[in-house]
Amino acid sequence: MSLLYSDVEEELRAAVRSLLADACPPSAVLGRVESAEPYDLGLWKSLARDIGVAGLLIPEEHGGAGATPREAAVVMEELGRAVAPVPFLSSAVLATRALLDAGASAPLERLASGETTACLVVPFAASPYADVPVVSHDGGALTGTVRGVVGAEVADLLVVPVDEGLAVVEASAAEIVPAVSLDQTRPIATVTFNDAAYEVVGGFSPDVLRAGAGLLASEQLGIAEWCLTTTVAYVKERRQFARQIGSFQAIKHRLADLWLEVVGARAAARNAVSLEPQAVAVAAAYCGPVAVHAAEEALQLHGGIGMTWEHPVHLYLKRAKADEIALGTPGDHRAALASIADLPA
Amino acid sequence: MDLVERCREFRATHDPSDRLGWLRARFDAGLAWVHYPEGLGGLGLSRGMQAVVEAEMSGTPDNDPGRIGIGLGMAAPTILAFGTDEQKRRFLRPLWTGEEVWCQLFSEPGAGSDLATLGTRAVRDGDEWVVDGQKVWTSGAHHARWGILVTRTDPDVPKHQGMTYFVADMHAPGVEVRPLRQITGEAEFNEVFLTGVRLPDDLRLGAVGDGWRVAQTTLMNERVAIGAGPARRSMASIVADAWREHPELRSPAMHQRLLKLWVDAEVMRLTAVRLREQLAAGHPGPEGSGMKLLFARLHQELSGFEVEFRRELGYDDWTLRRPETVDFVGREAGYRYLRAKGNSIEGGTSEILRNIIAERVLGLPSEPRVDKDVPWKDLPR
Ligand SMILES: Cc1cc2nc3c(=O)[nH]c(=O)nc-3n(C[C@H](O)[C@H](O)[C@H](O)COP(=O)(O)OP(=O)(O)OC[C@H]3O[C@@H](n4cnc5c(N)ncnc54)[C@H](O)[C@@H]3O)c2cc1C
Repeated sequence: MSLLYSDVEEELRAAVRSLLADACPPSAVLGRVESAEPYDLGLWKSLARDIGVAGLLIPEEHGGAGATPREAAVVMEELGRAVAPVPFLSSAVLATRALLDAGASAPLERLASGETTACLVVPFAASPYADVPVVSHDGGALTGTVRGVVGAEVADLLVVPVDEGLAVVEASAAEIVPAVSLDQTRPIATVTFNDAAYEVVGGFSPDVLRAGAGLLASEQLGIAEWCLTTTVAYVKERRQFARQIGSFQAIKHRLADLWLEVVGARAAARNAVSLEPQAVAVAAAYCGPVAVHAAEEALQLHGGIGMTWEHPVHLYLKRAKADEIALGTPGDHRAALASIADLPA
Repeated sequence: MDLVERCREFRATHDPSDRLGWLRARFDAGLAWVHYPEGLGGLGLSRGMQAVVEAEMSGTPDNDPGRIGIGLGMAAPTILAFGTDEQKRRFLRPLWTGEEVWCQLFSEPGAGSDLATLGTRAVRDGDEWVVDGQKVWTSGAHHARWGILVTRTDPDVPKHQGMTYFVADMHAPGVEVRPLRQITGEAEFNEVFLTGVRLPDDLRLGAVGDGWRVAQTTLMNERVAIGAGPARRSMASIVADAWREHPELRSPAMHQRLLKLWVDAEVMRLTAVRLREQLAAGHPGPEGSGMKLLFARLHQELSGFEVEFRRELGYDDWTLRRPETVDFVGREAGYRYLRAKGNSIEGGTSEILRNIIAERVLGLPSEPRVDKDVPWKDLPR
């Protein structure tokens, strides 16, 4: 398996990037975060319609593009670079993978075109290495509450791990309450089922969360790249003490180190598209902190402007910090390596 | 004939029990370094194809690359880029077979990171040059046949301009090599005094006054060679094995650090794999300049971890040895820890490498310079 990007992947990247450049500049993301619709469904529909990202991981026989995690990872990179508020990870990766693993084809056909959006109802902070909280059923209906779910408020279809496997519930049958979120570009919600009708479509395994963590590493790479590029441009422009601040060695060395971290994150994230346990754990343990560090360095090296609401760097910091917790913390992934790599405690 | 067939035919028709004969024939067959031109040990193929040859030749006599690393990694690419046809023919074959060992006569007491400030003088005398000066930290000078040498030939122009590059004959009269003992107890490196050393003009590499450009080629290759990492076994696997073998020494705090280091090591390995893929695809990325820095940091952290994990208060051997290779694997943890300290100094310090990444990769401005346009002889020292 190559760690480079193929020509097809570069074409996909270019398409996603140019659409986002037009439709999702930082100012637009910022303008949306405190609105009633933090997720940008219009953008999501165009990404689905024009580029087919909603059905990327869905096999062709179910109406999707039949692509692999390699291509999905490139989309994640670009969405991370733009902190795009779209439900790609929640619908086209997590819910889709859960349905695929369960062998449920009917809902997939609805998802492939992007007309229907789904969401995997697990806490975004759930670790792939621990038991996922499942919703219990009482007679023929679901009862229970799941907190910290991403993408729920824009989902039509809820994909829910229940004690008998994986269930599908129409979103209208649940109560979905958005929560005030650290990452306002991918806010969380509380999902409550009160005697909700459901249908079990197959089994559920936390491998889905591992796949999500493997692709999240590419989003973290995209975040880190934006932070590095933006900061390098800023320090070349900003002058103090009659010179560009980027000519001070204290700043140059920090950015050189950050560049090295990004180079490593790129190799690790590319390797993680295999979704193999070791590759995912390594990438998740490495890329999460790199994205956070990149955003923190970006903020510091912008000085006062970096601390303002107006400048987009905080969107990246918040996304990076939330991503570090999502789908297993770096510590969870390192702990998993103790058995995966035979380094027992 | 494809490369695999060529290797197999070579193996079928040569006798590996004659080590030197084997290596010479392998060079002559173009199977030494396939990315070199035909007639000079190669076949003019891409660098990535060398892996095919190495796989096919595994188990046959090799040229002990650790012992001749300076020749392979630094002298050879420089000779290839700047040497005359005669120089390439004369030097590359015995360099590759290991019959002639090379050393690097760059650093001086007054010129380390700022190599371009060096003062070893070479003065022309007819068809010869007379060299006077002192070099320092010269690894392997005590068993070297040749040295790559940078000298000052014109003190009246700014420092980057007045340099000339030579191949130094280490057996010439006036070359004196004295051991310098290192923190490990041994003496890999030396001071080299050059007193009235006469070098014929045909040992000059590149044009008179063009020594800085030639030296840049050497230094670029040096960093790639060092960053390519250890040949036999990685430091990460040494440490992981120690961990597995000694459950009685483990603690939760060490476990946390081990896992973190192991992830860093794995990411560095993947970075190197990706870099090699880029090279093989003909798109060498700027990532190469970072590998040596990553390697140095990781080596130091891992080796420091290992000493602490083993709770090792002893040391294997302080005698002043004169080793021919740097052997991280064959020695004990304390040696690895101490020797790894040199990794962030030799071949360009980590600070200098950060400057290079910042300026050449990220395009950040250099710091204000006071020495660029001043004739070398007028520089403050
Ligand atoms: C084990 C070993 C083997 C070696 N083998 C060889 C060899 O075979 N041949 C050879 O020619 N040389 C060899 N060297 C020498 C090596 O290349 C030099 O030691 C190195 O370039 C640093 O030079 P210096 O020792 O003069 O330190 P200095 O240049 O004096 O540096 C001292 C400190 O200042 C820092 N510094 C200097 N300039 C800057 C700057 N602009 N910005 C920030 N920090 C700066 C350095 O990073 C370092 O931390 C070897 C060194 C070692 C340790």
